[in-house]
Amino acid sequence: MATDAIIDVRNLTKRFGDLTAVDQISFSVGAGEIFAFLGPNGSGKSTTIRMLCGILRPTSGTGRVLGFDIEREGEKIKRGIGYMSQRFSLYEDLTVWENLEFYAGIYNVPRTRRRERLEELVAMAGLTGRERQLAGQLSGGWQQRLALGCAFVHQPRLLFLDEPTAGVDPISRQEFWTLIHDLTRQGVTIFVTTHYLDEAEHANRIGMIHLGKLRAAATPAELKRMVHGRLLNIACDAPFEAVAILQTMPEVRNVTFQGNDVHALLTDEGAEETIRNSLRQGGVVVHDVQPITPSLEDVFVSLIAGAE
Amino acid sequence: MISRLLAMVRKEFIQIRRDRRTLAMVLIMPVMELLLFGYAIDTVVDHLSTMVYDEASDVESRALIAAFENSGYFDIEGYALSQSELVEAIDAGRAKVALHIPPRFGDQLLRGQQGNVQLIIDGSDPNVASTASFAASSVVQARMAEITAASLERRGLGRAAAAGIDLRPVVLYNPTMSSAHFMIPGVISLILLFQALILTAFAVVRERERGTLEQLIVTPVKSWELMLGKVLPYTVTAATATILTMLAGWILFGVGVAGSLLLLGALSLLYLLGSLGLGLLISTVSQTQAQAMQMAMFFMIPSILLSGFMYPRETMPFAIRQLSLLTPMTYFLYILRGIMLKGVGLRFLWPSVLPLALFSIAVFALSAKRFQKRIA
Repeated sequence: MATDAIIDVRNLTKRFGDLTAVDQISFSVGAGEIFAFLGPNGSGKSTTIRMLCGILRPTSGTGRVLGFDIEREGEKIKRGIGYMSQRFSLYEDLTVWENLEFYAGIYNVPRTRRRERLEELVAMAGLTGRERQLAGQLSGGWQQRLALGCAFVHQPRLLFLDEPTAGVDPISRQEFWTLIHDLTRQGVTIFVTTHYLDEAEHANRIGMIHLGKLRAAATPAELKRMVHGRLLNIACDAPFEAVAILQTMPEVRNVTFQGNDVHALLTDEGAEETIRNSLRQGGVVVHDVQPITPSLEDVFVSLIAGAE
Repeated sequence: MISRLLAMVRKEFIQIRRDRRTLAMVLIMPVMELLLFGYAIDTVVDHLSTMVYDEASDVESRALIAAFENSGYFDIEGYALSQSELVEAIDAGRAKVALHIPPRFGDQLLRGQQGNVQLIIDGSDPNVASTASFAASSVVQARMAEITAASLERRGLGRAAAAGIDLRPVVLYNPTMSSAHFMIPGVISLILLFQALILTAFAVVRERERGTLEQLIVTPVKSWELMLGKVLPYTVTAATATILTMLAGWILFGVGVAGSLLLLGALSLLYLLGSLGLGLLISTVSQTQAQAMQMAMFFMIPSILLSGFMYPRETMPFAIRQLSLLTPMTYFLYILRGIMLKGVGLRFLWPSVLPLALFSIAVFALSAKRFQKRIA
């Protein structure tokens, strides 16, 4: 792919003993993109990030981040990236300002520009007036934005966000994503891992990883088109019975609960009537059947079902 | 890069300043330990409460009782009227020692017969028992001839030779034999070992617990910068605590430094190097502060028991004494007592300085290597 890609990996593999945590993954991320790495816990997301940051040696495969080799030029990568983990690794007994100042020292932000840069970050994180407050006393959303400020203190071109919104309220999450979009407009590339499917919608492209394998890497729209067959939303009086009946039908590839409704993925066009009939015969009163566009969750479920 | 190291050290000092537990450990604990070990733990046994059953009640028996009391080792608690009352006083814990003088004690002496006096000692504390027995026989040996001679003279039976040997001991370095002199070097060696070890280990493990270590690893911080960033601040706190202890020892107990301050400082730093190394080593194998504390105790207990901090090494069985040569505190304590109390220099201390240097440098090098490997 493109040689000017910010991240470019080929057949990246990491084995821990018998366990293959990351299995032959290849993808690339361009400048200014938001790339979401989507997958359940233990699917290999963190292992991949650690290899990309140059702190974990791949077993095989190659990768370049910011043009540097991930195996040999880890130190150069570390200077050029920002990293924010799900635990918002702040020093809780340090104030907002002291946390920022610490990372400014770590990333060697020139002393003459330090004050100005820190004030910029405080404003960006919406923490003006709270500079002297201890980080441990901030709410989850503020801690999250402060952690982002710390990771961005040296204006890196690439930010790794590892589950950045875990345990944060929905409004703060929304504000956080607004902030992230602002950064991409300045040309910053974002590599974000998440297991929130709705959050992945913010990304330009999504990589879906499951059991160490990259199942797909595409835009959200492309991913949704990858679902073969038709997706039906079924409203009925007995969803549990409905699911039990649908699971036995060869025309149905997949069934999931969606609230009180049932989502069924059909293999061919003509099965809609068959579904209605089978449910009726099983004693389920069907209120409504609607064809729907698949959500990312449906895509993910269908991809995994396809792989298994 | 100096900017990164500076940021690490600065941050650590802010954290030390904000953490009451660490502050207390640095500023209050040394003085508290000093007071505790200096005043409360008095290893010198004297003023033992003593019960007397004096059946003779003559001039000679009263002279003997006075001699006991004047020795300073025995305080006469009271007089019993029977043997069983004596034993009961010891059973009840009212007395540690009971003295039983039989009837016609003076007469026996005057006839040149051997006087029989019974001493009953509470042996539940062997230290007390041995001191009491030793002190009593000293008193009897030293004063008996005198008492007999005086009696004979009083009754006009002539002067008996009561020459004997007058032993006048000279106690060097600690003439009043105060425990504080013995304990202050001990407290300093304890602080330099455990405060430094625990604080260093905690400082690293806390970052692991909090997740900030994970964050630091993906920054350009090198592992040696991280290590020095932890070691330097706790060198300063250990030095502060040591100076505080020495000042307190000087003001409260009058224990100064007889020898070279410079040598004391240099060798303390050498010893501290080993403690910081042990702290780093513990931090590489502990996931939580509780684990680190347990590991620290693993080093602490043998050091306190074996180094001669509280119990003299001379009385230990051969095998245990050899074992005590494995803890660095043994050497440092010897050095510290040498410099502080005796005022001696390297000429006498080198046999202890050598193994200490070997231990400190080896442990620090090993832990530095292990630390860098674990972090990277």
